[in-house]
Amino acid sequence: MKRLLTFVKKEFLHIIRDYRTLLILFGMPVAQILLFGYAITNEIRDVKIAILDLAKDDVTQEISNKILSSGYFVSYENLKTAADIEPAFQKGIIKEVIVFEPFFGRNLEKEKRANIQIIADASDPNLANMMIGYTTAILENYQSGLSEDKILPAMIVPEIKMLYNPNLKSVYMFVPGLMSVILLLVSALMTSISITREKEMGTMEILLVSPLNPAHIIVGKVIPYLVLSLINTVIVLVLSMFVFQVPVNGSLALLAGISFLFLITALSLGILISTLSNNQQTAMMISLVALMLPTIILSGYIFPIDNMPLLLRVLSNIIPSKWFIIIVRGIMLKGVTFSYIWFETLILVFMTLLFLVISIKKFKIRLE
Amino acid sequence: MRKILIFLRKEFIQIFRNKAMVPIIFGMPVIQLLILSNAATYEIRNIRFNVIDFDNSSFSRELISKFTSSEYFILNKVSFSMKESEESFKKNQARLIIYIPKNFEKDYRKDSKAEIQFVINAEDGSAAGVVNNYAANILRQFNTDIMYKASLVPDNIPLIKVNSANWFNPELNYKTYMVPGILVLLVTLIGSFLSGMNVVREKEIGTIEQLNVTPVSKYHFIIGKLLPFWIIGMLELAFGLALSLLVFKIPLLGNPLLIFLLAAVYLIVILGIGLLVSTVSHTQQQAMFVAWFIMILFILLGGVFTPLESMPDWAQLIAFFNPVAQFIKAIRMIMLKGSGFNDVMPQFYFFIVYGIIMMSLAVWRYRKSE
Repeated sequence: MKRLLTFVKKEFLHIIRDYRTLLILFGMPVAQILLFGYAITNEIRDVKIAILDLAKDDVTQEISNKILSSGYFVSYENLKTAADIEPAFQKGIIKEVIVFEPFFGRNLEKEKRANIQIIADASDPNLANMMIGYTTAILENYQSGLSEDKILPAMIVPEIKMLYNPNLKSVYMFVPGLMSVILLLVSALMTSISITREKEMGTMEILLVSPLNPAHIIVGKVIPYLVLSLINTVIVLVLSMFVFQVPVNGSLALLAGISFLFLITALSLGILISTLSNNQQTAMMISLVALMLPTIILSGYIFPIDNMPLLLRVLSNIIPSKWFIIIVRGIMLKGVTFSYIWFETLILVFMTLLFLVISIKKFKIRLE
Repeated sequence: MRKILIFLRKEFIQIFRNKAMVPIIFGMPVIQLLILSNAATYEIRNIRFNVIDFDNSSFSRELISKFTSSEYFILNKVSFSMKESEESFKKNQARLIIYIPKNFEKDYRKDSKAEIQFVINAEDGSAAGVVNNYAANILRQFNTDIMYKASLVPDNIPLIKVNSANWFNPELNYKTYMVPGILVLLVTLIGSFLSGMNVVREKEIGTIEQLNVTPVSKYHFIIGKLLPFWIIGMLELAFGLALSLLVFKIPLLGNPLLIFLLAAVYLIVILGIGLLVSTVSHTQQQAMFVAWFIMILFILLGGVFTPLESMPDWAQLIAFFNPVAQFIKAIRMIMLKGSGFNDVMPQFYFFIVYGIIMMSLAVWRYRKSE
């Protein structure tokens, strides 16, 4: 036991000596959560548009003002002819063009019908959908103002209730994902590198001939990172709860317990990677390139899993973060108890055991 | 010249000697491009919903049938208690509950007004917005239908007819948008990590001292270190582009050579950043962490997954200095909109200036003797 403690102390010294890595280790979660909380959203705001007004009358002026004062759009330029539209899009600045037909106001007054065209740059389909939706809503609003006295007679009015996240804040959904990405990448990356480093530098030999047994070496390597990751988890949670007011509706103890379990999963994945690679470069590329994008994309962190093709839905099951994210969202946002998440927890336990068993089988105590 | 060639050969041998790296450099990006591009979609279909129908009239059933017959919604469960239905939310079995109160039909016939409730599982805010949109659309259509059926719409109401058009991607295909972005990410990740680890590895192993005493000059050294990764990056981009065209059928409206021209200078920026990280770091671990930190910021502020337009001004300012965001914007413009050199000229010059700055910093930081 005392030997192990000495070893852990040595590992801690290794980590603390490298203040740059340490700075990033703690700066990263803070930077990310601030970015997600303040900068990264799917809502639209101040999108640059162009207007092609072939009528130039009071009505089109009024409608343009309505659209530009909505906060969603700002006018970047006024176009003169339809031929200007395509080059305007190609410059890559404007995202939408609104076209008023000639004699728009007169048509509306005399014939009670007038045409307007919204052209969206749909290379980003999500943005295009939202822009068209918002513009149409503004136009509908304007139109119902015109016919106020002749109000449309029959209506079914929906009352909309957004459960768990009434203001549709993106940060509610990103925090659980962020926790898993940080925990997984930091823990897996750090442990895998630190073990392969010993191999590459040749100091693994020294450790192997020391009175420490292999299990001690692994545990000793893992404990410092476990502590660091725990501190990280707390930072992320505290920031999200107090700066962004993300609620924790369920039990905090349960959340802590599951986070701890996930940490172990991530660390054992790190150990597994290190037993599979001979040098730091390989370990790093596996942890970063193979883990980073799949964890971001396939875990439900940003994109909803149930819209993916069947093959990918099946594939997403092997991503540990997916299960962790379901659990964390359940506990934080929906306030569920353990009886709702026992299955997901069981899968994490199973994955951890699997990683550990393979690592032990693969761990070589002799040099080649 | 000969010195550089010999040095290059050494570097290539060193890269490919490591058997584990070859599949990582060439295989993984391809697999990820093929798989992840299918996953990166905000499009929502097959939304499972619960119905609580206390009215149970032909009118309420007609409304529900509008939902079940739509391509977006699938009926999950009919229940008679809100509590029971919310269980479906907690178990992630449904995203929407449609609640129809008693006397729904009666109210409608009497007052021409009736209320229903949409309860939406909003843990995923953006998906909830989409669900709400779809549901509101179906209801709006239902409203219009019954009004027309009862011929309640007067002719003298002024109507603005809105035509909307989706240019450059009329089918609103997500892959068209995502594949170029993910391709850039993969090339960037590989390039920056490989170059970021390279010099510091020589330092850590101690071989840098051997290199320092050779007659290779500082500039030859830097060129020899970066050129292999530049070549790998360009090959990877070419391969990825071919895949996007052949497998994903992404249109390429602009000139492919323009993409390679931009990529050539873009890669210098990325490799320069990697090299700078490598020369200021003491261990590979440290280098990797710094590179990783920078890359995560670049990716999140790169406009791949979330639109840059919706970010606050300060974040857009950061994004402006983000080479990843600039290259993704340019490659999407060239591929999807057919933009020409004049349209992407700002990016081109931006990369050149950026590249020169990064390279100079890296060369300045690298000293042959310490």
